[in-house]
Amino acid sequence: MTPHAWLLLGLYLLVLLLLAKPLGVYLAAVVEGRAAWAARVGGHIEAGIYRLCGVHPADGMGWLSYGLALLLFNGLGLLATYTLQRLQLWLPLNPQQLGNVSPDSAFNTAISFVSNTNWQGYGGETTMSYLTQMLALTVQNFLSAATGIVVAVALMRGFARHSVREIGNAWVDLTRITLYVLLPLAVVVAVLLVGQGVIQNLSPYQEATTVQATVYDAPKLDATGQPVKDVQGNPVTAAVTLPTQTLAMGPVASQEAIKMLGTNGGGFFNANSAHPYENPTPLTNLLEMLAILLIPAALCHTFGRLVGDARQGWAVLAAMTVLFVVAAMAVMSFEQQGNPTFAALGVDQAAGNLEGKELRFGSADSALFAAVTTAASCGAVNAMHDSFTPLGGMVPLVLMQLGEVVFGGVGSGLYGMLVFAIMAVFISGLMIGRTPEYLGKKIEVYEMKMMAIAILVTPLLVLSGTAVAVMTTSGRAGILNPGAHGFSEVLYAFTSAANNNGSAFAGLSANTPFYNVLLGIAMWLGRFGIIVPVLAMAGSLAAKKRLGETSGSLPTHGPLFVTLLIGTVLLVGLLNYVPALALGPVIEHLLLWAGR
Amino acid sequence: MSRKTLTLFDPALVKPAIVDAFKKLDPRLQWRNPVMFVVYVGSLLTTVLWLHALGGHGETSSGFILAITLWLWFTVLFANFAEALAEGRSKAQAASLRGAKKTVMAKKLREPRYGAATDTVAGTDLRKGDVVLIEAGDMIPADGEVIEGVASVNESAITGESAPVIRESGGDFSAVTGGTTVLSDWIVVRIVVNPGEAFIDRMIAMVEGAKRQKTPNEIALTILLVALTIIFLGVTVTLLPYSLFSVAATQSGSPVSITVLVALLVCLIPTTIAGLLSAIGVAGMSRMMQANVIATSGRAVEAAGDVDVLLLDKTGTITLGNRQASAFLPASGVTETVLADAAQLASLADETPEGRSIVVLAKQQFNLRERDIHALGATFVHFSAQTRMSGVNLKDRQIRKGSADAIRAHVEAQGGHFPADVSAAIDTVARRGSTPLVVADGVNVLGVVELKDIVKGGIKDRFAELRRMGIKTVMITGDNRLTAAAIAAEAGVDDFLAEATPEAKLALIRQHQAEGRLVAMTGDGTNDAPALAQADVAVAMNSGTQAAKEAGNMVDLDSNPTKLIEIVETGKQMLMTRGSLTTFSVANDIAKYFAIVPAAFVTTYPQLAALNVMGLATPASAILSAVIFNALIIVFLIPLALKGVPYRPLGAAVLLRRNLLIYGLGGVVVPFIGIKLIDWLIALAGWA
Repeated sequence: MTPHAWLLLGLYLLVLLLLAKPLGVYLAAVVEGRAAWAARVGGHIEAGIYRLCGVHPADGMGWLSYGLALLLFNGLGLLATYTLQRLQLWLPLNPQQLGNVSPDSAFNTAISFVSNTNWQGYGGETTMSYLTQMLALTVQNFLSAATGIVVAVALMRGFARHSVREIGNAWVDLTRITLYVLLPLAVVVAVLLVGQGVIQNLSPYQEATTVQATVYDAPKLDATGQPVKDVQGNPVTAAVTLPTQTLAMGPVASQEAIKMLGTNGGGFFNANSAHPYENPTPLTNLLEMLAILLIPAALCHTFGRLVGDARQGWAVLAAMTVLFVVAAMAVMSFEQQGNPTFAALGVDQAAGNLEGKELRFGSADSALFAAVTTAASCGAVNAMHDSFTPLGGMVPLVLMQLGEVVFGGVGSGLYGMLVFAIMAVFISGLMIGRTPEYLGKKIEVYEMKMMAIAILVTPLLVLSGTAVAVMTTSGRAGILNPGAHGFSEVLYAFTSAANNNGSAFAGLSANTPFYNVLLGIAMWLGRFGIIVPVLAMAGSLAAKKRLGETSGSLPTHGPLFVTLLIGTVLLVGLLNYVPALALGPVIEHLLLWAGR
Repeated sequence: MSRKTLTLFDPALVKPAIVDAFKKLDPRLQWRNPVMFVVYVGSLLTTVLWLHALGGHGETSSGFILAITLWLWFTVLFANFAEALAEGRSKAQAASLRGAKKTVMAKKLREPRYGAATDTVAGTDLRKGDVVLIEAGDMIPADGEVIEGVASVNESAITGESAPVIRESGGDFSAVTGGTTVLSDWIVVRIVVNPGEAFIDRMIAMVEGAKRQKTPNEIALTILLVALTIIFLGVTVTLLPYSLFSVAATQSGSPVSITVLVALLVCLIPTTIAGLLSAIGVAGMSRMMQANVIATSGRAVEAAGDVDVLLLDKTGTITLGNRQASAFLPASGVTETVLADAAQLASLADETPEGRSIVVLAKQQFNLRERDIHALGATFVHFSAQTRMSGVNLKDRQIRKGSADAIRAHVEAQGGHFPADVSAAIDTVARRGSTPLVVADGVNVLGVVELKDIVKGGIKDRFAELRRMGIKTVMITGDNRLTAAAIAAEAGVDDFLAEATPEAKLALIRQHQAEGRLVAMTGDGTNDAPALAQADVAVAMNSGTQAAKEAGNMVDLDSNPTKLIEIVETGKQMLMTRGSLTTFSVANDIAKYFAIVPAAFVTTYPQLAALNVMGLATPASAILSAVIFNALIIVFLIPLALKGVPYRPLGAAVLLRRNLLIYGLGGVVVPFIGIKLIDWLIALAGWA
């Protein structure tokens, strides 16, 4: 790692951890209904929303009602997002007259944004009208983030409360999180982004004559949008000359802010955060990276506050931070190493591997961004992960495969990590000869069942989805690169979808009915297949007595527990994927350095 | 009862266990352990593949498939063997108990009173509510309660203690156990159990494991193990398409064979812990038996490991059952020697431990020898419930000793008066936790003998140990607060309940439980029964009443209240063994991956040989070594599973760090060495 890389990583962590604490404390105040000044400003809006929707904010919900409320809420979001895409041609704010989105793509995109995945099989500027971007996608960016946070809050309440059935009121939690946390933060970040040159308008696309005409080879597509391949199976290309360039416009900054803060990651433009209108300067790059991990880090403190022991929050945060720093250093080092094949051709590799990276960010800023965006289940990208070195590309893959718990998505990262913590506590509790307990709650058969479902869902989705894709003709049709890299691309796609990350290894033509439907299913199950058992666990925990702490109970703060938690995440998270990784990135790496 | 301790691999146990290991191949039994069932199905699958290969259509060489198949079957058999061995040990213990249970003929009374006409019936035909007469030399036919009479009973068949015990109607010593023998006198007993439900029947059923229910933690752990198995099933099943794709893409090598996938699956799923899980449970019960404690359920043993609060009776548990004289406190105007002399005279014929201790103390402090009582022409006044005094009448002296109230009444009745300084001394003594005994000669009160409760040697250390385990000790006593506080401080208990009534005990348990603690207690009397029923872990003394035994979930045959500490340790050991072996099992997977993954795909990607960090000879020997290691480790860990991971009261964090280092880190390192060693042996034998 270069001095610049060290400095960048250090600065990033410092600012992140400094901001996380106060935000976490504020979040705790909001979900406990104690945020006085927020209520002064927004109280009447909040009350108005409840009146409009007929919500009785004082009523508590059991886990089942809470879960059903969230499913209903997200189901309606799904319907709205799908409908807006399918009807956008006839709706206003569509200056480019972009057509209605195909059913399978709209289905995929709707699930993708509702499940906080933001996998994008489409290119934003060529597919979505401004209305769709704002009303469907940006709105879901807020609501899916709020969903994730309230589930985490419900689980925290499960630990904090005792001998009760209720884990909160879903409608109240969703409203408060959106109104008092996400909206104000998004406004601040959007304004900062606009200050750095991120655009925010509703103008039609601009036509600009370029200084030099562009000539490039474009892959030929057949009628269905599939790349045409010659007899050898290589894609057919045709030379294209362009004297002008169309500059896509739009309300970017407002979407960009929540895209990061809500760990959504769905770019306004196809190039996502590599696009200069989304992420123009190294400063916005840093700002966007901070915005991604801000809420996930802050929620650890909220957790500590709610369960009444700040150290518990610090322990979880420490485990996340250690895993993150190791991963970030790994991907930054691998990218700095460069590509031996280029080095052999006499290309200077001092600046690291620059293929697929924006020069204004360089290797270090791109590598850190990759680590951040995959540590969180954000999936925004400022460089093409497909073009990373094999091991550099494996780190983001692994970060996702760990279950998106290294900070992870807003809320989802924390509840995912707490599921691992329960598992760690279970095994270690047995090892000290006591019925396992976490934060005074006994971990018994019911919790283990729910934990088992939560840890089973994603690996099975990823592995079976990848298997189906490489077994079927329609699955293999989308693979552009043959061999091990092609396998990595498919593995990455299903890993990203099932873990609700949404970033993509380019090189896979995923906007086909096959991938749209299969990945859509993976995203939905990967999201709610975990949320439901987590809420069930929250309900069961809330009903339990809270046990007193004795010197015989296992302390769940301090370095020993942090180490144990990290070990559990690595062992359980990674063991599932070792063979798949060996056949993908690992063998690619071995082949690359063997000069093949 | 002489109980032969069998060594771990005693041939008498191993031979039937081997036979049982094959009997347990019944799929209905295998199904009870889902993880091992997967191995079972895998073994069947590779057996079919081997037969197929013999026919010349094999996916790989039939020799390789056969080797894998055999070791997969061994894996199943080794797990069966572990379970059979644990059960065998328990059965041996049960058999020695069963020796006590012979069919005896009983004298059934037609009317429930002594002297009524009797019918002779078989002991096994007695029903609950029947009343029998048992006379000297008769064996008690079934568990029951004495309703009339008093007798000495030899209970050695149950307790191993040869000294006879007294059983009488009413009070706390009215319970009798079937299989014990009446030595003298007679008793009329009301039978309290139906045939097959007797205490000893339940003990045997429990120990034999026939009725062994999985404990809650065992079920929770099984869920975790099943989840891991499902994940690894997904991992291995999807490897086939991955391999097919890779072969098609590179057009080199051949896809991974089903045999290798089954081998990988069996190596990855937690067979080590799953194979030993039920053996651990049976061994836990068995260890309780060795400590002479009979638990009525595995759940109770497990709960014992979680105990936070221990309620202990003072008398007999914390202090020796009797008090000892420790000081002479004379009244003003009386010398210590005079007091000691009078006290000694009054105690010469007193054979109670307290009386003896006064004589001993007088001799130690004032060198007052025992005098010949007959030479003195003394007549002794024995303790009676009416006077609550004892003493001696000499020619002209009437020496009495007794409680302060009794002596005061005695002196004042004769016109004497009770000196104020003696009253003050009495208070001081009580405050120290001792019992004051007042001595009077005629109307003159001579002073006070301090009778001290003697705290058992070493008990303070055991309480300190419990504190390090995170267990709070509470002393329960009928003494007043002052006395209780003094003894509590001396014994080092954390808390005490003075002037305890059955209601107060019950309330205390409920209060602790409401605060989220698990409470254990010991008890023997009928008045303990409600508290025993309320406690999470309740150990009834075998000498106690039937009601107490019914209310408890464990019975201590030795009737030793400090046994709770061992019970807690055994409970903890059971959990620790499970947790440690689970960690070990999962940590093993790292090495197994390094052995199998390169071997399975090296034909497609020769570069994967770089991952063969152990330098295993050939792909076939690498896979076989991993499978052999996986099977053998079960056998190597049987002793640990049966003996349990040793528990030390070190505090949770230290204990965890220790076990993580041994079983976590050990679990990572050991298979690397083991697999390499097996591979080396295979290569040496030329099978590679």
